[in-house]
Amino acid sequence: MDAMLDRRSILKAGGALTVAFAVGLRPRDAAAWTEKPVATDEVAAFLSIDARGGVTVHVGKVDLGTGVRTGFMQIAAEELDVPMARISVVEGDTALTPDQGPTYGSLSIQNGGVQLRAACATARRELIRLAAERLGAEPAALRVEEGMVIGPGGRVGYAELVGGRALALKVDANAPIKPPEARRIVGRAVPRVDIPDKVFGRFRYVYDVRREGMLHGRTVFPPALGATVEAVDEASVQGIPGVVKVVREGSYVGVVAETEWAAIKAARALRVRWSAWAGLPDQARLWEHVRATPVAQVQVTSERGNPAEVIRGAARQLAASYDWPIHSHASMGPSCAVAEFQGDRLTVWTASQATHNLRKQLGLMLGMPIERIRCIYLEGSGCYGRNGHEDAAADAALLARAVGRPVRLQWMRQDEHAWDPKGPPHLVDLRAGLDAQGNVVGWESEAFIPKGAGGNVDLLAAELAGLPRENQIHPGNIIHNLAVPYAFPAVKTTCHRLETTPFRPSWIRTPGRMQNTYANEAFIDECAAAAGADPIAYRLRHLPADETRGREVLERVARLANWQTRPSPQPDRSGEILRGRGVSYCKYELVRTYVAGIAEVEVNRRTGVIRVTRFWCAHDCGQMINPDGVKAQVEGNIVHTLSRTFKEELTFSRSAVTSVDWSTYQVITMPEVPEIVVELIDRPTERPWGAGEPAAAIVPSAVSNAIFDATGVRLRSVPFTPARMRAAIQGA
Amino acid sequence: MSETIETTVNGRAVTLRAEDPEMPLLYALRGELGLTGLHFGCGLAQCGACTVQIDGEAVRSCQFPAVQARGRKLVTLEGLGTPERPHPVQTAFIEMQAVQCGYCLPGMIMTSAALLARNPQPTEAQIREELAGVICRCGTQPRVIAAVLRAARG
Repeated sequence: MDAMLDRRSILKAGGALTVAFAVGLRPRDAAAWTEKPVATDEVAAFLSIDARGGVTVHVGKVDLGTGVRTGFMQIAAEELDVPMARISVVEGDTALTPDQGPTYGSLSIQNGGVQLRAACATARRELIRLAAERLGAEPAALRVEEGMVIGPGGRVGYAELVGGRALALKVDANAPIKPPEARRIVGRAVPRVDIPDKVFGRFRYVYDVRREGMLHGRTVFPPALGATVEAVDEASVQGIPGVVKVVREGSYVGVVAETEWAAIKAARALRVRWSAWAGLPDQARLWEHVRATPVAQVQVTSERGNPAEVIRGAARQLAASYDWPIHSHASMGPSCAVAEFQGDRLTVWTASQATHNLRKQLGLMLGMPIERIRCIYLEGSGCYGRNGHEDAAADAALLARAVGRPVRLQWMRQDEHAWDPKGPPHLVDLRAGLDAQGNVVGWESEAFIPKGAGGNVDLLAAELAGLPRENQIHPGNIIHNLAVPYAFPAVKTTCHRLETTPFRPSWIRTPGRMQNTYANEAFIDECAAAAGADPIAYRLRHLPADETRGREVLERVARLANWQTRPSPQPDRSGEILRGRGVSYCKYELVRTYVAGIAEVEVNRRTGVIRVTRFWCAHDCGQMINPDGVKAQVEGNIVHTLSRTFKEELTFSRSAVTSVDWSTYQVITMPEVPEIVVELIDRPTERPWGAGEPAAAIVPSAVSNAIFDATGVRLRSVPFTPARMRAAIQGA
Repeated sequence: MSETIETTVNGRAVTLRAEDPEMPLLYALRGELGLTGLHFGCGLAQCGACTVQIDGEAVRSCQFPAVQARGRKLVTLEGLGTPERPHPVQTAFIEMQAVQCGYCLPGMIMTSAALLARNPQPTEAQIREELAGVICRCGTQPRVIAAVLRAARG
């Protein structure tokens, strides 16, 4: 098919998705839940071809609003030679899709897409083999057009070959994929299939699920993080028409009503006596609290030579600390789920990024075998990590169990801001030694960050209700990128993994990798300034000689931004408005996507207001499935991370979160968004890497470096507020 | 306590039910009419996800009492345009692929359409200012600005 669709085709493209939605939502009877294979080594787990030649792609990775669904369709259409319009997608349904792991870590295409591609390539080889038998031809003499295998003496369609029957074969990871020159769909900016439905208000989100007999629920959250229920006065909501039940399990309290408005009113009106609790640290002394937290484990993430000794003997020593505040996901749509018990079986419609894991967590909490639980993914509002959706699913399940009817549960705005799991505070100390030429000869860093990795974040309802849970903390894989991409002669990078952290932690876009890159790339800028060197030239001279792709993103972004080679800060700092530019570089987790960025800022010396005027980015994630999708992710990373760098910071009392809406937890606004220029490097012969996170990693350091270039003053505490900028300028 | 409200939604005469005088329009449109082209974002009129047009003006339905909708002309994202007869702003959002999760679209599109109705040739600064109170977390803002400018050019 021609990937360059005309407007009419674009408008119609939503149709394929509607089919997928209907499949996902159809309540199959319980016996059918496990009929379809879901093991990741089975082709049939990923693909089915119906009697009319329609292809259904089953993926465990889900579209969190990123457009990856369209990317999966492109991969399948390309490898199978089937038109996009004939493909539908089922995502994140524990009964129907393989468990490809949570949708996190910028891995959907890199891992999920590559698995799907192998399944499609295996299927194609088998289909051609079957066709060759049928047509009495050599496989090499056959070609495929729009799902039709064509040979010298005849043709046969996929539908005829296998239509309606399972593709019973194992995935061969080495099945030949289409070579770059033969690709017609992959590598092109195919329009996203979900956009027309979204633009016309026809898209069905998790919030829009309606079930027969469905009730509405709200959770009544404690006024303090660790407060417990002493008494619930059910009579306090009896006068509200439509209230069905007040549910209490331990310190989990919820209300269920016939309508959503009645549930909201009841949640507000319900009188609950809670215990007093004030166990949070003093926010003004957060970093002292972090430094004083017991260390569970010390992880050295890179070590070469003896940097402590080298730094002591170096011509010049530098030291600095960088800190990153606690963040909320602050998703646009408060978390939501619908839960329904049918007999002893539970179905949950959820926007969870990890339905297979959620199923296990629900099983643990409810004491149910997971075979009796089905979690079905539907899109929620944009998700950039483990937000509150899983928690909402647990709330809905508890309420549905209590009332014996389907329940739609949604959090309120203040619940989302206060109770979603938080990106934990992140603190990095750095030391470096420079030789007489200004080169880094020794580098040491120590990060103070909570223990744990990418495991399950406990369900809040299980915690409140005192029901079984794993009782572990998991902030994501936050140790990566503390090790540096530079060839310093002596290096040691150490993570002090803390026993606890003030709020239930989870991963938010580019977890740890962004904070570590922020510290590293700002500190190397300090080294470059101390050496009187141009920041890009300085990075290039410290890159390993064989790092050609890293070199290329830096050189490209320099050209893109018309970078003037000179040291920072810029010499004329006399006016009221100061202008500067800063660079940053990242090789994601030191093994994949390369990205370099340049920020341009204006700083008002008097008010301290910082404006990012332009941001340039050069991005190399290997092969691109959909370049416009990659570009959108890069843009999104930049805007989202500018918001986090300049505006976002969780505030809290000794008892509770106090930044509970968009006025107390401010985010970037339309007038503050800079012009963004992205240059994508396409490498169709390389493997595809992720694009959902890496560009975020470079943003805060590029900005910190630009501010230094403009003002000669270094900001090391995020967010970079006008008050902090003013104080720094006055203190300089 | 509940009362009925005769009004017009997307060109159709409808009867809505307000459970009480404070009930926001959002719950009548989503709950009773099943309209999903407006989203609950904050309930505080801070984010724009619930935006509808009332008599041509962009209004946040999460803070607008349903009883005040009586006799007005309401338009939601579903009624602004259709795939067959798209509003120019909707066409431009599709052409510019100015969507990620799409939760902000009622705010972005309904507010922009109302802006263009009273100012068909806004400057980029005017568009940014008009959309300053519409939150997007995915970072679609650069494309949204480009889409509204494109819709204005016609």
